[in-house]
Amino acid sequence: MIDNLLNITLLAFLAITAFAIIRIRNLFAVIMLFGIYSLLSAGLFVVLDAADVAFTEAAVGAGISTVLMLATLALTKNHEEKPPAHRPWLPMIVVLVTGAALVYGTVDIPSFSDSEAPAHKHVAPRYIEEGFKETGVPNLVTAVLASYRGFDTLGEVTVIFTAGIGVLLLLGRRRGRKRGDEDNNET
Amino acid sequence: MMYTAAALAILITMGLALARALLGPTVYDRILSVNMFGTKTVLLIAVFAFLSGQTDILDIALVYALINFIGVVAVLKLIEQGNFFTSGEKDEREVESE
Repeated sequence: MIDNLLNITLLAFLAITAFAIIRIRNLFAVIMLFGIYSLLSAGLFVVLDAADVAFTEAAVGAGISTVLMLATLALTKNHEEKPPAHRPWLPMIVVLVTGAALVYGTVDIPSFSDSEAPAHKHVAPRYIEEGFKETGVPNLVTAVLASYRGFDTLGEVTVIFTAGIGVLLLLGRRRGRKRGDEDNNET
Repeated sequence: MMYTAAALAILITMGLALARALLGPTVYDRILSVNMFGTKTVLLIAVFAFLSGQTDILDIALVYALINFIGVVAVLKLIEQGNFFTSGEKDEREVESE
């Protein structure tokens, strides 16, 4: 019962935060709300038993991306130039229709934690029965991510590493030029 | 039962912190509310760990505490000096020249 209550409350908070992010025009407040959104979804992942996803969400969503967005905000202005004046009805209709189609699609999905679902019949039994024997990792999600899909995870890490180097190069270049200017002024 | 009550209380506090983040007139209200929200998330995860009996989740609560701290320090540093790339160096120079 308390699990359901936690899920519902956290999801309600998520929805409130998302609407506030759309409505508020103060960009600093929006970044702070993004931080709260990330913390909320990380808490939701923990309640849903996805410890690894929660780790990633906490590190990337609440930690790095908040700092990166703040760094961007420091280079720009705190407010939008002007609030959008037109009312985009066509995109709204497209989004509503797509959303309705997706909700209609969920009707066919097997119910949550249904042991007869196709997803649980394919490779999952093997992971559950042989996972600990083959990898020695107690947490099955970690076993799948780090061992069975090791190369896939390595590729993801490479992508993130490359993106990090790109960001560091972009930010570091500005810093170097600034230092050069100061040196020129001093000499 | 005790953990359930604690979880409910934390949820209510989270709601209050969220309200402050939405309404908060000044920058510092929002920073404080985000900091408090992070603390409540840490507490909620810790309580949930004991509620569901999976005490290994406590590690995640520790990571959250660290990230929350670093995030708030970063935000406050930004507010104080306006950017991230002219860090302590400038202050040191000013101190030296004085």
